[in-house]
Amino acid sequence: MKIHEYQAKDILRRFAINTPRGSACFSIDEAVKAAEQLGGSAWVVKAQIHAGGRGKGGGVKLAKSLDEVKQFAAKILGMTLVTHQTGPQGQVVRRLLVEEGVDIRKELYIGLVVDRSSRRVCLVASSEGGMDIEEVAAGTPEKIHKVFIDPLAGLTAQDAEDVARKIGIEESAAAAARTLLQGLYRAYDSTDASLLEINPLILTAEGHLVALDAKMNFDDNALFRHPDIAELRDLDEEDPAEIEASRHDLSYISLDGNIGCLVNGAGLAMATMDIIKLYGGSPANFLDVGGGATAEKVAEAFKLMLRNPNLQAILINIFGGIMKCDVIAEGVVAAAREVKLKVPLVVRLEGTNVDLGKKILAESRLLIISAGNMADAAEKAVTAAASAAESAMGGA
Amino acid sequence: MSILINRDTRVMTQGITGKTGQFHTRMCRDYAYGKDCFVAGVNPKKAGEDFEGIPVFATVREAKQATGATVSVIYVPPPFAAAAIDEAVDAELDLVICITEGIPVRDMLRICYKMQGRKTRLIGPNCPGIITPDEIKIGIMPGYIHKKGRIGVVSRSGTLTYEAVAQLMEQGLGQSTCIGIGGDPVNGLKHLDVMKLFNDDDETDAVLMVGEIGGSDEEDCARWVRDNMQKPLVGFIAGLTAPPGRRMGHAGAVISGGKGTAQEKLAVLEECGIKVTRNPAEMGKVLKSVL
Repeated sequence: MKIHEYQAKDILRRFAINTPRGSACFSIDEAVKAAEQLGGSAWVVKAQIHAGGRGKGGGVKLAKSLDEVKQFAAKILGMTLVTHQTGPQGQVVRRLLVEEGVDIRKELYIGLVVDRSSRRVCLVASSEGGMDIEEVAAGTPEKIHKVFIDPLAGLTAQDAEDVARKIGIEESAAAAARTLLQGLYRAYDSTDASLLEINPLILTAEGHLVALDAKMNFDDNALFRHPDIAELRDLDEEDPAEIEASRHDLSYISLDGNIGCLVNGAGLAMATMDIIKLYGGSPANFLDVGGGATAEKVAEAFKLMLRNPNLQAILINIFGGIMKCDVIAEGVVAAAREVKLKVPLVVRLEGTNVDLGKKILAESRLLIISAGNMADAAEKAVTAAASAAESAMGGA
Repeated sequence: MSILINRDTRVMTQGITGKTGQFHTRMCRDYAYGKDCFVAGVNPKKAGEDFEGIPVFATVREAKQATGATVSVIYVPPPFAAAAIDEAVDAELDLVICITEGIPVRDMLRICYKMQGRKTRLIGPNCPGIITPDEIKIGIMPGYIHKKGRIGVVSRSGTLTYEAVAQLMEQGLGQSTCIGIGGDPVNGLKHLDVMKLFNDDDETDAVLMVGEIGGSDEEDCARWVRDNMQKPLVGFIAGLTAPPGRRMGHAGAVISGGKGTAQEKLAVLEECGIKVTRNPAEMGKVLKSVL
């Protein structure tokens, strides 16, 4: 799960991490009021969306007067911000963070992630803050420093001081850097975060270390023990189809193609998308109905796919194990009747009770194109989608 | 021989009294020599009772002492699953297979740390389990699709593994052992660990490796294979069309920071001399071609 920058900073302050003073605002008036209360002569107005790259997209502005705060707030609130992480459709800005301006002397980078190979949390630090860290890693790998953290000992004082020195924090700030880095690790560990990124961490003109930006993602599987964090979920930032899917315990991701896929199991679902592409088509979604789906769940999944206006064909690929093919078939038939299906439907069933499943489909008298194996299914779905697209264009 | 398990293996079920545990213990017991193999269950609150004749013990240690079981399979819900693995490691079992999906990563980091230098091996979590066809199945895969033979299968997936097995069967190829290592980012045995076991197994002639996006397990395995593997190997990687930054169902199936793409994995596999297929419908056919 992702949260907003201002929410991440709220969490970090609980771990004694310095952040600029500021507050979240939902309207232009609130933004101006927040700036007044902060005082000073410079403020930063920041769009709060879950994607990165906000500055380049015009979502972060430095205001030198209250008038400018008002002006920028008006401009940013409600804008559709397009960044390299939002995709071309962009994301509407509904929240702002108004913060005091800070004098930046040096920009650094700190990140915490799980390193899968070593099975440890890895602290990534660099002297090159304020930039895309992946570009730094690719261009100047010698400027990336890593510490693999022992889960019992945590981030040791020694390791924290060493890495602070490597990224150019001077001796006078060494103690503060150690406290900060250990605080960040504690924040990461105790909240079951999956990612914590401070980019940039700045050294101010006065020599203080301040988290100027903050990004935190959390392990969905651990949210049950962090109800306070689960509450920070912002549904406005998520795809409505994916929200609906999560309600039914389905795993769904929207894609930009036109062939809907309904599959049991994540690996098989990915492979089904891949084979559609291999045969010249394009998948409209990833959809895993899981191992123990009921007929009702299959019907919900079916309806979910049909919300997509670009849909031109559906491919159902099921390998029944614990899940029985007849259960799937019943769900498909029920859903297809209910929604009065208008796009071609290709079904490939294999595994437990496959004959019974095929019989249910055949007796339904629905127009179902049945396929013998994955390749056959993909080929038929791609052909069906292409001719559906053609006739739609002919009709228009 | 097969790897890790055979008809002489004795197994306990942790979480035997839950709905999932009951269902799958029954299915496993009814498969091949399962009746001899599944000898104990664990539930501290139901010690002294039995599940359809399988005695239930309060602890893993007691179950091991009383029945000689050295392997456990875990169906415990996610918040308690890490403690269940912990208990199995402390009881010095040989092998733990954790089926449970949804265990927090932080719990797995602590478990893996604790397991360093211990004798217990872990398969999973979030996996279908392991089967040595016509002898024993430990997990949730449909037993009947398999047949004893000489091909090893290792995969991060569930149903895609069944698909692979079905394709092998179409080619008339049975399996020595099939292992699902699971779809989580932090897990027990990796492709590489399983590959070493297959390489040393007299009854395995070739291996089918089914990977997916995320992490670098397939690449790590491929580099070892290049220098050490004595047997033919075919690789498939799911997720060529997966968008970056999105978790594709499995907690571990995610391209992050441009790393862990299927393209990159396939390239490394090929560089290491491994035969790969980009067509998931041809895994069986390609495997047959390398024999």
